[in-house]
Amino acid sequence: MIRKYLREISVGVAYLVLLGLLAFKSPSFFQADNIRQLLVEIVPALVAAVGMTLVIITRQIDISIGSVFSLCAYIAALMAHQGVPVPLAFGTAIGCGALMGALNGLLIATLALPSIVVTLATMVIWQQALAWWKQGAPVASLPAGFHWFGLNQMAGQWIEAIIALLIFLAFATAMRYLAAGRAIYATGSDYEAARLAGIRPKLVTFNVFVLMGILTAAASILNAVIMEKVYPTSGDKLELRVIAAVVVGGVAISGGRGRLIGVLIGVALLGTIGRALIFLHARSEWGATIQGTIILLAVSSDALDRSRR
Amino acid sequence: MSNLLKLSDVTKSFAGVRALRGVCFGLSGGEVHALIGENGAGKSTLIRVVTGAHLADSGTLQIAGQTIIRNSPVISRSLGVAVIYQQPALFGDLTVAENIAIALEPRTAWRAIRWNKRRAMARELLARVGSDISPDAEVRQLSMPQQQLVEIAKALGADARIFIMDEPTASLSDREVEHLFGVIKSLRQRDAGIVYISHRLEEIERIADRVTVLRDGTRVATHPMSEINRAEMIRLMVGRESSAIFPKTQVKPGAAVLELQNVCCNSTGVHGIDLSVRAGEIVGLAGLVGAGRTELARVLFGLTPADTGRIKIQGRTVQIRSPRQAIDLGIACLPEDRRKHGVILEMPVAQNITLSSLPRVSMRGWLSFRRERLIAHALVDRLGVKTASLSSATGTLSGGNQQKVALARWLAIEPKLVILDEPTQGVDVGAKSEIHRLMGELAQRGIAILMISSELPEILGMCDRIAVMHGGTITSVLDREKATQEKILDLALGLSGRKEAVPA
Repeated sequence: MIRKYLREISVGVAYLVLLGLLAFKSPSFFQADNIRQLLVEIVPALVAAVGMTLVIITRQIDISIGSVFSLCAYIAALMAHQGVPVPLAFGTAIGCGALMGALNGLLIATLALPSIVVTLATMVIWQQALAWWKQGAPVASLPAGFHWFGLNQMAGQWIEAIIALLIFLAFATAMRYLAAGRAIYATGSDYEAARLAGIRPKLVTFNVFVLMGILTAAASILNAVIMEKVYPTSGDKLELRVIAAVVVGGVAISGGRGRLIGVLIGVALLGTIGRALIFLHARSEWGATIQGTIILLAVSSDALDRSRR
Repeated sequence: MSNLLKLSDVTKSFAGVRALRGVCFGLSGGEVHALIGENGAGKSTLIRVVTGAHLADSGTLQIAGQTIIRNSPVISRSLGVAVIYQQPALFGDLTVAENIAIALEPRTAWRAIRWNKRRAMARELLARVGSDISPDAEVRQLSMPQQQLVEIAKALGADARIFIMDEPTASLSDREVEHLFGVIKSLRQRDAGIVYISHRLEEIERIADRVTVLRDGTRVATHPMSEINRAEMIRLMVGRESSAIFPKTQVKPGAAVLELQNVCCNSTGVHGIDLSVRAGEIVGLAGLVGAGRTELARVLFGLTPADTGRIKIQGRTVQIRSPRQAIDLGIACLPEDRRKHGVILEMPVAQNITLSSLPRVSMRGWLSFRRERLIAHALVDRLGVKTASLSSATGTLSGGNQQKVALARWLAIEPKLVILDEPTQGVDVGAKSEIHRLMGELAQRGIAILMISSELPEILGMCDRIAVMHGGTITSVLDREKATQEKILDLALGLSGRKEAVPA
C-alpha cells in the first residue's frame, strides 16, 4: 500500500514541510484571506492539470493549452462585453475549447501524427490569430454578472474552489470506476495491445483531447472572472506550469501510469511556492529555480524506480 | 575442396526444450549444401549457432578449419560467415555505398570519409554480383532482390566464404531467381560454400550438391543430390508417427459458426477463401510460413478487413472492420506474437482478464470490482495461472503465465469462435498438453476453433478437418481420416492440388 502510493506520499510530505516552515516562520500566511487568494490562484491550473493528466496517461502531450486558454477567455470576455448573456458567453467559450481540442484530437488520432508537433502548431496558430485579431488590447468594462459570477468576492472565491474540487472529484472517480477510465490507461500502456483487446484507441485519444479542450476553457473562465480586465495573453506559459505539476504528481510521461490525487498535490505544491517565498521574505526569483529543482527530483526518482524494478 | 564449416554433435536447448540434438553438418568450398526441414525443425537454430547468435550447449564447431570455443557474431564474421536473410538487414535511410562501407570500414569515430573511394568500392562489389545498382541509391528505394544483392556484395567485400542463405527466393520472381542462381554459381566457382535453406524443393534439386534433412532438432539424413528425389525428401522431413499425445475428444459438430465465401483481402494477398467452421469443431490451418494463414486470421479479426467476399457468423452476414467488432461478434483471437501485445504488462492480472469484456463487468459504464474479481478468479483457477494475487502487475508473471492471462481474457468474453495462431509454439511439453486439453474442453462446450499450426502432428492429432493454404488461398480441405503428413506437406509446398501461380 505504501509502496503503491509512495509518490503521492513523498510529494505530500514535501508540501507539509513547506506548510510547516510557513507556520513556523510566517504564521500570517494562514490568514483566511490569504488562503482564499491562494486557492483562486491555483484553481485554473488544477482544472487544466486534470485534462493534462488524461492526455499524458494516454501517452500524448498537449502544449497548445496556453493558447486555447487565452483564446477561450478572450472570447467569453468579448461576448460578455458586447452584451451577450454571461452564461451564453461561458458556454460558447467552452464549446470553442471543445472544438480546438477536437481539432488536435482529429489530427493526432486519425493521422497518427505526433501530438507534440500537432499541438505546437495549433499553439502558434491560436496565439497568432489572437494577436492579429485585437493587437493585444485587453477587454475591460465587463458586466457585473461576469466578475466573480456576479457574487461578492468572498463567495466568488469559495465558488471557484468548489467548482474546481467537483471537477477534480468527478474525473478522479471516473478514472478509477468507469470503463472509460480503464480504456484510457490501457491505450497509454500499450496502444496495440489495447486495440487487439477490443478497445478503440483512436476514439479514446480523440475524446481525451476534446476533454482537454473543454477543461482548458473551463479553467480559462475560472481565471477570467477574477480579473478586472481580460488580456489576450492570460494563458501564457500555462502549459509549462501544468505539465510540470502533472509530472511532479507522479504521472509517467511514458503513459499508462499515474493518479489524479498525486496531481492535486503536485499542483498545490508548485502553486504555493511563489506565494510562500514572499511570506518567507525570500527573493521571488528563487521560485522558478525551486520549481525546476522539484521537477528534476520527481523525474529522476521515476527513472530510479523504474531501473530498480 | 577446402573444409569451410564443420559442426559435430551440436546440441542446444531453450528452457528445457531441445532445439538441436547431436547435429552434424559440413560444408566444403565450391559446394551448395541445402538444409531442409519443417518449420521448427531446427534450421534457424543451427544457423544461429554458426553465426554465434546462439551458443551451443555442447558439441564442436569449426569454421575455416579453426575450432571455435566461444562463438560470437564478430568472430564468425571475421572468419568469413555471411548470412543473407529473406528480409535483408540493411539501413533503409542510408545509401548503398554507406551500407557497404559500414560493414567494411574501420569502426573509429574520428576518421575522414573518402566518399569517392566508398562509391568506387560499392560499384566494384556490385559488379561482382552482376548488378549495376547506383551506389548513391537509397536502400529504402530498392526492391527486395536488389537489397539481397547489396547484402551479397557487402559479404563479398568482407571476404566472406561461407554464405548462408535463408529462404532467399521467397519473395523473388522467376527471373530474379535465375539471376540469384547465376550469382550463386559464380560464388561457387570462386570456391565459396553456400548453405541454402528453402522450402522450394524444385530449386534445391536444381542447385544443391548435397541435402541435409532436419526433423525435431535431429539430423535425419545427409545425401548427395544425385541420390535423392523430391518424394524422398518429403518423406524424410515428415517421417514422424503422430503419437497419442494429442487426446482428441470426439465432439459432434453443431451448426456452422463461421462461413467464408470467396473472401479476399488485397493488401495481404489472401484471396478466394472458402471455409466453414462448425460449433464444437476444430479446424486446422496448415501451410508454410507466408502461405497466408496468419493473414487470414487478421482478416477474420478485423485487423486487415476483407475487401470482397462474404463472412457469416452463425448464419448472419457480417462486416468485420475492427477488433472491437470481431469481439462483439464473439470472435477471440490469440495472435502469434502474443508476447508483444497479448497482455498489458503494467496492468494487474484481473484488469487484463476483463479488458475485452468491460461491458460484462460494468453497469452503465460503472465498473463492478466485485464482479471483475469473481470472473478473474474463476479463470485464474481454471487455467492454473500462477500469480501472487489478482492485483499483481501482469509483467511480474512468467512468460507462460502471461500467455494464460491472455487466453483467460478471451475466455472471459465467452467466445463463439476462437482463432489460435501457433498456440503451442515455444511452450514446453507440459504447457502444450494443457493447451490441447483446454482446446478439447472448449470444443465440447460448442465453441468453434480455428487453429493455425506449423506442427503437422499437432494438426493431425487435434483437428476434425484440415485446410491447407498455399500462396494466399486454401488449396484443399482434408478430413481427419484422409489426412496424412505427406499429403499435407505436399499440398503446402504447392506440389499438388489446385494449380496456383507462383507468387512474385
